[in-house]
Amino acid sequence: MIGEKILSLKERLISEANIVEMMLARSVEGLLEGYSDKLFEVIRLEKDINRIEIEIEELCTNTIALFQPEAKDLRTVLMIYKINNDLERIGDQAVNISESSQYLIERPELRILKSIARLSKESIAMIRDSIRAFIDEDNELAITVCVRDATVDELHEAIVKELIEQMRDEPQIIERALHIIRISRNLERVADLATNIAEDTIYMISGKVIKHQTAEES
Amino acid sequence: MVQKVLRIIDFSASYGDGRVVSNVNLEIEDNKITAVMGPSGCGKSTLLRAVNRMHELHPNATVEGRIMLKDKDIYRMNPIMLRRQIGMVFQRPNPFPTMSIYDNVIAGYKLNGIKLSKDERDNIVEKSLINAALWSEVKDNLHKRGTFLSGGQQQRLCIARALAMKPDILLLDEPTSALDPKATAFIEELIVELKKSVTILLVTHNIAQAARVSDYTAFLFLGELVEFGVTERVFTVPTDRRTEEYLTGKFG
Amino acid sequence: MCINKIEWRIIKDRVFLLLLIIIALVSIVPLGFILYFLIIKGAPAINWEFIIAGPKPYGISGGGIAHAIVGTLILIILAALLSVPAGLSIGLFLAENRKSKLAYWVRLGVDILQSIPSIVIGIIVWSWIVKPMRMFSAFSGGMALGLMMLPVIVRSTEETVRLIPYSIKEASLSLGVPYYRTVLKVILPAGLSGIVSGILLSIARIAGETAPLIFTAFGSRFMNLDIFKPVESMPLLIYRYASSPYQDLHTMAWGASFLLVVLVLTLNITAKGVCRRWCRKY
Repeated sequence: MIGEKILSLKERLISEANIVEMMLARSVEGLLEGYSDKLFEVIRLEKDINRIEIEIEELCTNTIALFQPEAKDLRTVLMIYKINNDLERIGDQAVNISESSQYLIERPELRILKSIARLSKESIAMIRDSIRAFIDEDNELAITVCVRDATVDELHEAIVKELIEQMRDEPQIIERALHIIRISRNLERVADLATNIAEDTIYMISGKVIKHQTAEES
Repeated sequence: MVQKVLRIIDFSASYGDGRVVSNVNLEIEDNKITAVMGPSGCGKSTLLRAVNRMHELHPNATVEGRIMLKDKDIYRMNPIMLRRQIGMVFQRPNPFPTMSIYDNVIAGYKLNGIKLSKDERDNIVEKSLINAALWSEVKDNLHKRGTFLSGGQQQRLCIARALAMKPDILLLDEPTSALDPKATAFIEELIVELKKSVTILLVTHNIAQAARVSDYTAFLFLGELVEFGVTERVFTVPTDRRTEEYLTGKFG
Repeated sequence: MCINKIEWRIIKDRVFLLLLIIIALVSIVPLGFILYFLIIKGAPAINWEFIIAGPKPYGISGGGIAHAIVGTLILIILAALLSVPAGLSIGLFLAENRKSKLAYWVRLGVDILQSIPSIVIGIIVWSWIVKPMRMFSAFSGGMALGLMMLPVIVRSTEETVRLIPYSIKEASLSLGVPYYRTVLKVILPAGLSGIVSGILLSIARIAGETAPLIFTAFGSRFMNLDIFKPVESMPLLIYRYASSPYQDLHTMAWGASFLLVVLVLTLNITAKGVCRRWCRKY
């Protein structure tokens, strides 16, 4: 009985993750290709994600109240509850990216966007892999996601540094640059959230707590 | 309009001067499992037995109010005919000791002198044992005595015996409290399967069982119906303080 | 020699155990003697003629006790016909209604019946049946023996039915089976072994009764199948032959005694065997 309940919880979570991944990808595509309708779609989907988040929270609460899961079942339900929250936050980041993008696509493009493209590719890949690690219960894959967070942090800092220099030389780009910095921070935050998901997945699989540790310690 | 096969209306039951069930109003939905839970002595067993008028076997049993089975007042019916429409399974498995497994399943027909052809009998026995998830374990030993089975198997035999009469409602009085955890889990899954074909009223003192198995839960305390609702809601956000205290273990 | 407290206690224990064993053996000894005597004295009398033939006229040797064997059987059957249905019904009634006033008085009545001396029962049946009918008969003998069997059957039926768990009755009633059918088809079969062994024991009890038959069945020298005429029974025959002056009649009495004891022992052992095989432990 509880096996079925947990399976359906996982399925709900995975379809939420698919929507969120799609939102993220669309928001970046909208920015890079200049299509505003993709950005609108992302903003519209925010309501759906909020609704799904509440549904999954209720389902988790009911599962614990009615079935008193233990051991791995308990860890699974608790982690689904947490990952659910993280996914909603990723959705928020995608919406923020879309809002900033709407400002940017109406104005001339800055060449830093190439770096943004690279950063977004990395962040989106981390999300995909963390969700895959959850589905497949793949410990190793989850660990690689945690390690890659450092790379994303570096990319983000490089973008900020370059933009600050550019702003000094060309003050007319300041507004655009600020939006791009915002987008970069959103993408860096997305990578952090992917790392959270990976850490929660590791806890669910093996019961090991690796958050707040450095790469060497884990 | 959702079908309600059983409606309990302003119902009270007493033994002599002692009132055991007070003014209960309950509507049982078709093909769903309704659990009645509560501390010992709260009247839940009496309420269950009132539905098939088994509580009348005690001297000085009196009732007030009505219980309607498919819109017929059961207290105006012949109790014998009523009990043939309602199946009951008890706390301790009680297969008839002198009868074989086969005879136990169709005991309801045999003991009542209802004539059936051999094919009809074989059919009923097989179907009932399949529905009770016991067929594969006993199909080669149908003519052995029922008392050689394990506790969980005996209880499933009793379930098959009740199902053989094709009842509208199945009354379960703490059906797993005499069984080990494995047999208990097996029977809980069986009960959830069974609700597709029969409406189930389950009395249990095991809160977790009521949570796992039932669609609706009623909480009875000192003979009164304190709370009734969808199980998920009763267990996560109970509306009555007494329900909350019972669920968090403050009494019972 | 110094014996300390513990050793003293152990010795006392052992002595006590030994005493118990000796007393137990001593009480079996008389039984052993009885059986021994019966076999020694009675076995020589047993042959086919003894069992099959009726008695020869006085003075002529030979003959048998067939008429007594048949008579005893007739009396047992008559007594059972009277006492078994009544005993079962009363026993069931008492088991199902423990607390009612009527049950109290019935139980008291049955207990009193059990303690009435057998000869008094014989006299009572004589005045109820033999006197109005103006003849001795197997029928009246069967009545008297039936009255003696009744309390035993009532008691064993009541005890057996009481042992049947209430849950079996509940199960039957919950299937919509009326009360009378529940009793006939569920409770009685479940208690059958206890009830049957009770009946066998009651037969064993009356098989050897003599006193009540003196005024009722009276005894006879002829083989008789008419229940309204006097009939011979084994205990009566033993009494008569043993008190006669003839030696070969004495031998026959020993033979009859032997057969009677064999019958009673067989009934007792069967009763126990029935119980061991079929008595259910709840």
